Amino acid sequence: MDSNSSSPRVGVFVCHCGSNIAGTVDVEKVAQEISKMEGVAYAGTYIYMCSDPGQKLMRETIEKEKLDRVVVAACSPTLHEKTFQINSKNAGLNPYQCEIANIREHCSWVHEDNKKATEKAIKITKSIVEKVKEDKSLTDIEVPITKKAIVIGGGVSGIQAALDIANGGYKTYLIEKDSSIGGKMAKLSETFPTLDCSQCILTPKMVEASNHPNIELMTYSEVESVSGYVGNFKVKIKKKPTSVNWDLCTGCGDCYNKCPAKVPSEFQEGLSKRAAIYIPFPQAVPNKPVIDRENCLYYQKGICKICEKVCKIGAIDFDMKEDIVEIDTGAIVVATGYREYPLENLTEYGGGKYPNVISGLKFERLLSASGPTGGQIIRPSDGKSVKDIVFVQCAGSRDIEEHKPYCSKICCMYTAKHAMLFKHKVHDGNAYVFYIDVRTAGKDYEEFYYRTTEEDHALYTRGKVSKIFEDGEKVVVWGVDTLTGKKVEIKADLAVLAMAIEPSVGIKELQQKLKISIDENGFLKEAHPKLRPVESMTSGIFFAGAAQGPKDIPESVSQAGAAASKVLSMFSSNMLHKEPLICEIDEDVCSGCGVCIALCPYKALEAEITTKEGKEVKRSKLNEALCQGCGTCSSACPSGAATMRNDETKNMFKMIEVILE
Amino acid sequence: MVFTVSEKGLELRKTVEEISGENIFKCYQCGKCSATCPVVDSMDMAPNKVIRLVQTGDVEVLNQNTFWVCAACFTCSARCPRSVDIAKIMEGLRNVKLRNKQDFINIYSKEFIEKLIEEIPQMAIVSAIKKGVW
Repeated sequence: MDSNSSSPRVGVFVCHCGSNIAGTVDVEKVAQEISKMEGVAYAGTYIYMCSDPGQKLMRETIEKEKLDRVVVAACSPTLHEKTFQINSKNAGLNPYQCEIANIREHCSWVHEDNKKATEKAIKITKSIVEKVKEDKSLTDIEVPITKKAIVIGGGVSGIQAALDIANGGYKTYLIEKDSSIGGKMAKLSETFPTLDCSQCILTPKMVEASNHPNIELMTYSEVESVSGYVGNFKVKIKKKPTSVNWDLCTGCGDCYNKCPAKVPSEFQEGLSKRAAIYIPFPQAVPNKPVIDRENCLYYQKGICKICEKVCKIGAIDFDMKEDIVEIDTGAIVVATGYREYPLENLTEYGGGKYPNVISGLKFERLLSASGPTGGQIIRPSDGKSVKDIVFVQCAGSRDIEEHKPYCSKICCMYTAKHAMLFKHKVHDGNAYVFYIDVRTAGKDYEEFYYRTTEEDHALYTRGKVSKIFEDGEKVVVWGVDTLTGKKVEIKADLAVLAMAIEPSVGIKELQQKLKISIDENGFLKEAHPKLRPVESMTSGIFFAGAAQGPKDIPESVSQAGAAASKVLSMFSSNMLHKEPLICEIDEDVCSGCGVCIALCPYKALEAEITTKEGKEVKRSKLNEALCQGCGTCSSACPSGAATMRNDETKNMFKMIEVILE
Repeated sequence: MVFTVSEKGLELRKTVEEISGENIFKCYQCGKCSATCPVVDSMDMAPNKVIRLVQTGDVEVLNQNTFWVCAACFTCSARCPRSVDIAKIMEGLRNVKLRNKQDFINIYSKEFIEKLIEEIPQMAIVSAIKKGVW
């Protein structure tokens, strides 16, 4: 039943909500008062309106009383507006002619005086009845979808999300800023709690992604700009110049073996050097080199060009320019990951100052069989073997005053792994771990931690480290054992700091380009922390991995799968449905002043010039797919041309009138 | 009160582990042993702290009375969530002392029989018999 008739038949259903409402508000009296209103054909109460019998009662009453509009006086609309709208739709009404009067959060919960609360509940309900009487029958907006996806970030989360979407049968672009995909996981030695070698489980996935017919890898590329809206994004990708023609390059390696420029390798955390033309690691995908122009002798001094001489197929292209590619996509998955909090920030531990005070990620490279030492644990200062090692947990985490307030979550487990692997390699070594709390929530995690203590005898000491300083060849760690109340001093060969983790560099710029939110710590902010953890507040943009908050590998992979399933479920229909409760521009009234265009936070309005009776007319044009119905335009519009559907000014005055009666 | 890990301390930890047959690293310091101990009020140091000092290898642990006050009632051992036999560790510490010829009392001496036997709790005598000292 579609009803825009002038003599409405409104039904009002007042909910007791057990004693939540009825304990404070005289619900019977509310129903009685409301039934006296003009246009109200029915007013009744029920103990739990949202329950199955409650909803049935509502449907039966709609039919029996021939109602065409409904008001439910109950809890907040955030809770059950959808429930009651669907219920009234099932009873044959237009769902947008069902309104909620919030008499719980706005009334019964915040008042004690029964009489006054009842009066207030009556006023709230009356006002909503006035609103529903003017509500128009509306239909959902349909938006077409481009069934292609973009995944930003080529770490394990991005790879997994891209694979899952591609396996669903849709074209996916995997964008990575470095020359190879793999991310942080490619750097890790072994992974907790099973100690599989990280590369052994990751590289097959990297190869799968690069060979997948539905995945287009775009490495050494960054997102330049994003426009459009859910289902119809336009993303400009900047392909940075690799200076090597990858179509020709065979990945033989002659160039980087001969290149004379040597700089610290980012992949090896500075433990070894790489050439200026390089692949980050031997298992890189794609296995093609790029020239680091900042360190290349040709770009800096105009000499050398050895790589060009040794390349037999002539793949080196010094004149390569950056390229901008535009991609149409329906959904975007952001998987930009994390980085370690800079070691230099921990001055009291001598971070960045002492070579034998290193970060967790650097220790991973020391442990790794593919690392610069082949998995041998040495002191970076002199290459001597390590016997006493100290692990410092919460290095920068859980420090509200100076560093990061949050728990970085992965460090407890990787420190347990580090101590364990150290003892596996150095049997007569001593591993000391300073912790505040050991947090090992996860399947088989606690058992893993027990193995580190029971079997490998790592000595866990509860207390923070106050200071680390050098004494001869050793680093001296000053801490405390709060369990015995004694200060502890350990002369160690190596101190490993379990650094806090923070979002990747550039997350702020990306967040602005995508128009999504970040939280106070810089991580991506989800639409709902519990019920919508992989969605952004902008529809069509999803999250995967540590960009949303600290996460280990299993969690990142599961979130990537979740994000992919959100994309796939969106792609499973041909049209997107959207609530029609958005702005409307009255073309005849709009003067084209453009105030709304400048103010619209979603860029849903744009200027349009049309000809009307032979004259050029400027006015605002609305993109329905982009508008989120915030109402900014409507409150700013000087001529009253911009209005909100079912929230028009004249309705508002009526609503206020009954409250002031 | 600064503690540094020493060879002596690591030796102590090894010896106590050997005598007791317990893995001292199993203990995660929940404190249930101390909470359950019937004679903890008479101890210089709660049992969990004694275990902690053995864990860290702190020889200070030998300079207090806890393991002598311990009645070997085994309540702690029965209730430990990590199945550490704390009573055995106490026994280990007692043995370390005795092997070093410390706290040793010649029960056949005139002095002991005349003066101390009146003051020694019966439990201690039973315990001594158990160890074959008597």
